Amino acid sequence: MRVPTKWLREYVDISISAPELARRLTMAGTEVDAIITTGRDWEKISVGQVVDVSPHPNADRLRLTTVDVGGEQMTVVCGAPNVATGQKVAFARVGAELIDGHTGRPAILKAAKIRGVESAGMVCSEKELGLSDYHEGILVLPDDAPAGMPLSQYMGDTILDLDITPNRPDCLSVLGIAREVAALTGGTVREPPVDYKETGRPIKERAKVEIADRDLCSRYCAALIEGVQIGPSPPWMQERLLAAGVRPISNVVDITNYVMLEVGQPLHAFDFSLISDHKIIVRRARPGEVLVTLDGTERPLNNDTLVIADTKEAVAVAGLMGGAASEVTDSTTTILLESANFNPTSIRRASTALKLRTDASARFEKGLSPELAMVGVRRAVRLMLELAGGRAAEGIIDVYPGKQRQTRITVTQDRLRRVLGLQLPSSQVRQRLMSLGFGCRWVPPDRYVVRVPYWRTDVRIPDDVAEELARIIGYDELPTTALSGGIPPAQPQPSRELREKAKDILASAGMQEVITYTLTNLESLAKALPPEELNKRPPLRVANPMSQQQEYLRTTLRSSLLETLASNLRHRQGRIALFEGARVYLPRPEDLPEEVESLAGVVTGDQPDRWGQPKGEPVDLYDAKAYLDFLFDHLGLTATYHDSEDFALVPGRTAEVRLDGQSVGLVGQVHPGVAAAFDIEQDVYLFEVNLEALVPHVGRPRVHQPLSRFPTVEEDIAIIVDEGVTAAEVQAIIESFPLVQRAVLFDIYRGSPVPAGKKSLAYSIAYQSPKHTLSDTEVNRERRRILERLKGQIGAVLRS
Amino acid sequence: MTLPQLQELKEIEDKARRDLAAAPNEPAFESWRITYLGRRSRLNAILRGLASLPLEERRQVGAAANRLKSELEELLSQRQVQLHEAAVTAVVEKGRLDVTLPGRPLAIGRLHPVTQVLRDILAAFVSMGFQVFEGPEVEWDYYNFEAVRIPKDHPARDMWDTLWIDYERNGEYPMLLRTHTSPMQIRVMEQMQPPVRIVSPGKCYRHEATDPTHEWMHTQVEGLAVDEDISMADLKGTLYEFARRLFGRERRVRFRCDYFPFVEPGADMSIDCPMCKGEGCRSCGDSGWIEILGAGMVHPEVLANVGYDAERYTGFAFGLGVERVAMLRHGIEDIRLFYANDLRFLQQF
Ligand SMILES: [Zn+2]
Repeated sequence: MRVPTKWLREYVDISISAPELARRLTMAGTEVDAIITTGRDWEKISVGQVVDVSPHPNADRLRLTTVDVGGEQMTVVCGAPNVATGQKVAFARVGAELIDGHTGRPAILKAAKIRGVESAGMVCSEKELGLSDYHEGILVLPDDAPAGMPLSQYMGDTILDLDITPNRPDCLSVLGIAREVAALTGGTVREPPVDYKETGRPIKERAKVEIADRDLCSRYCAALIEGVQIGPSPPWMQERLLAAGVRPISNVVDITNYVMLEVGQPLHAFDFSLISDHKIIVRRARPGEVLVTLDGTERPLNNDTLVIADTKEAVAVAGLMGGAASEVTDSTTTILLESANFNPTSIRRASTALKLRTDASARFEKGLSPELAMVGVRRAVRLMLELAGGRAAEGIIDVYPGKQRQTRITVTQDRLRRVLGLQLPSSQVRQRLMSLGFGCRWVPPDRYVVRVPYWRTDVRIPDDVAEELARIIGYDELPTTALSGGIPPAQPQPSRELREKAKDILASAGMQEVITYTLTNLESLAKALPPEELNKRPPLRVANPMSQQQEYLRTTLRSSLLETLASNLRHRQGRIALFEGARVYLPRPEDLPEEVESLAGVVTGDQPDRWGQPKGEPVDLYDAKAYLDFLFDHLGLTATYHDSEDFALVPGRTAEVRLDGQSVGLVGQVHPGVAAAFDIEQDVYLFEVNLEALVPHVGRPRVHQPLSRFPTVEEDIAIIVDEGVTAAEVQAIIESFPLVQRAVLFDIYRGSPVPAGKKSLAYSIAYQSPKHTLSDTEVNRERRRILERLKGQIGAVLRS
Repeated sequence: MTLPQLQELKEIEDKARRDLAAAPNEPAFESWRITYLGRRSRLNAILRGLASLPLEERRQVGAAANRLKSELEELLSQRQVQLHEAAVTAVVEKGRLDVTLPGRPLAIGRLHPVTQVLRDILAAFVSMGFQVFEGPEVEWDYYNFEAVRIPKDHPARDMWDTLWIDYERNGEYPMLLRTHTSPMQIRVMEQMQPPVRIVSPGKCYRHEATDPTHEWMHTQVEGLAVDEDISMADLKGTLYEFARRLFGRERRVRFRCDYFPFVEPGADMSIDCPMCKGEGCRSCGDSGWIEILGAGMVHPEVLANVGYDAERYTGFAFGLGVERVAMLRHGIEDIRLFYANDLRFLQQF
């Protein structure tokens, strides 16, 4: 909402600077987005009069326009379709700063030859002057604009660009802002006059209004003015409308717009002669009903949409836009002026259904007071008589099915104190509320009865009154205290805590955390997940995606990690290790999806050398496992790895990760075909951990093992086993012996003299007893038993 | 006239000095010691022969011989020290390292800047007795809108452009990607009774075109405190303390009236612009202030929606955007950098 301060001053005195005014309004809830000073940049721009328009010798669409700038005549090339002799215009000389019509940026006007004709300046559009975005033609100034006067002197102003919150439709008007200003500066509001003389026949004898659907229209006021003279509105009105960002059209239309901006009530003027049977019916649209609106668009209406109709057909979409058929034209002489109040929900639905938002609908949908309708119509009639001539019919038709009592709120002193943390003296409460137009009566011993002014439809409960007080006093004036009172008992969320801990551990292991988009596309998911899984549990789709790239809620972290890896590989060499700890969304029938905390990592590239440079030795499966081992160790867990398979991973290089026999994740080499689908041409290793599955396993404290006082005996043994035997099997057998304190694999050897198809595994074994010093005999016996069992269970032989 | 023994002592001394100076190492020192100070040395022979000399000669020769003995012992020890020092110096010279060379690189992993800033935000509130409690990102319309006083067809819905889940029930889309963390107010209060004091972080979504200051996926932190006697003053005190912990003690803070349907009175909090220190610049839209969170007293109807006694309990709620805080803190001017995940960006933090 643009509020010109020149206009604002008509209703309230302003004794403070524009920045200070903006500050106070902002602090009290009416945010000032910008203070626009029009005219500041208008050096070298003056009011001019067009004295001649003649064709350009070399171009059909351009014309040579001669402008008189206070005695001096300048000829410029002008392409605007609306330029005409006699007009008052804004004329910019060479050197003036204008907004470029195409780029939207300020630029200095240079002398130029246009199609061979020298142009000494420019006739400006609203956009070029920075007044609006309108660039389809030049700005035509009122006829009484004095040629030669600097434009800044003629129409410069300070305009407040306000961001009005949806609860304050009353502030979508200059008068509403004036009320705020008055309360914030201790001023008094001067209401605009709404009285006029009624000299015509009574309206009741000439027109009828019927509200058929009373649930959607709580009030309909209609006035009749006959003998009006359609023409331009006076310069002062045009100037104000322009400053507020509205283009002047004609006196009658301008007055409806002016009153809407002034008091906040949308109005509509019908050509009375075009209303069949002179009867207005407010009703829901009929099935299949269609209306051509003022903008020339044919609009199919659904039967939830409220229309204004005559006895034959719809003549306007209520609260949105009038119909073209009953539009006021130059030949109109009698005006039926509508000032009504419509159901906000109905207006909003109609606006959504028709994809049409207007200044009127933006006000109605926020809930205007029906009381305002009468103020609006009276104000408009007064201005019509003043500016368009004619006679007002006696009386105003006022159908008011939705009349309500004035809102009264009982507010206790205690409630104010409890909400604001401040005990306000009753004199201050009354004074502050009254400055905003509220009534306030102190009812001893402890309460106020507050009467809410009609325009404040947002104030309904005691806490609303508390806010009124707080914002006028200033939030900064409220006290500042620390929370006292009890601290509630803890509500543990183990999977969240585990996720955060896992993130810390992986980062400390040298992996980089990424956070990727949770919405993706099916194609991307399908690159990394088997089709049957996508078919079995199709991911949730967004009904109104912003793009097809971001349409589905991911069911895996894989795809986004691999995409992130691919995009980084374009500018990065060496080892890259990324992880993400986030949710995947698994659909459930008729319910919100299950949001499962997941953890996944990818690693690729070359091992670093002493200088951190790629060593020419690529990472492998055991680097990926290293991160998992590090993670599980820090979580106090021991995982086991088992041969497994996965759609996206290379068979034989894929392991399932288990804790106590339960699957909690996966690690393996990404299948080169899958990697290629993500545009990755090198080996990538991936792991995934289901954090929710991990939760039951973590948090058990490790049990202390007493240190033995007796010495360990260490020795190395090497055994030869079949290739198919896993290190984990051998390890498990050796460690099953009570005297084995630890066994560490330290070498794997293949080749002569080890027979083909076999491998040699070398272990360093430490024997120890908690009770006594082991003798050689005991150690020998234990070793023999180990070897016997290794032979019996996996066919291992001692390598001599 | 000079006694012959004194003459001999002089010869021994000269020779001993020459030989010691030429001795290169410890074994040479040992043989020198045997030669000049050993049991069979000439000096020892002179000392042993003293007893047979007349008294006056014994006195003169004895004094000279003993003095020479201690002189030679002293010389030997000096020479040994000298040689040891030379050896140490040689080692140090040879083994000098360039201490400015980089350390052998350990892989350095980092948390995402949003995670880092989020942790700091949560820590500030946790230290004030708030608990962290997360909830679902895919929500029902009821929790995201209805229960927080944003009914269907309410103009305030324009404040949140919504991504709806393609799931229809009775001709409507009841499921959505939450547009803010405020539904957690309802979920938390449904699950627990006052006193409540939680912060709830998580991802939120808007149907919004991206540009340097807008991103469709973003991270919010919701806060909620409800008890028997919580006021705007507590809201101000808590958030003021938070701002100072996060942005520094010298930071100025401003509260102004603002509107959110689920609070009354409503407020937002700004800090003085760190770029221009409140003078006004491009970052703060010339106002000198940067809004960092929305807040207010929980609307009594919201309390009633979860079955709380709105006469007895009051509370405050707030919501803040984590990316915005991270941008302020690190001087980042394009929000889209966060989820582009370019390592050249991520590894700066
Ligand atoms: Zn600034």
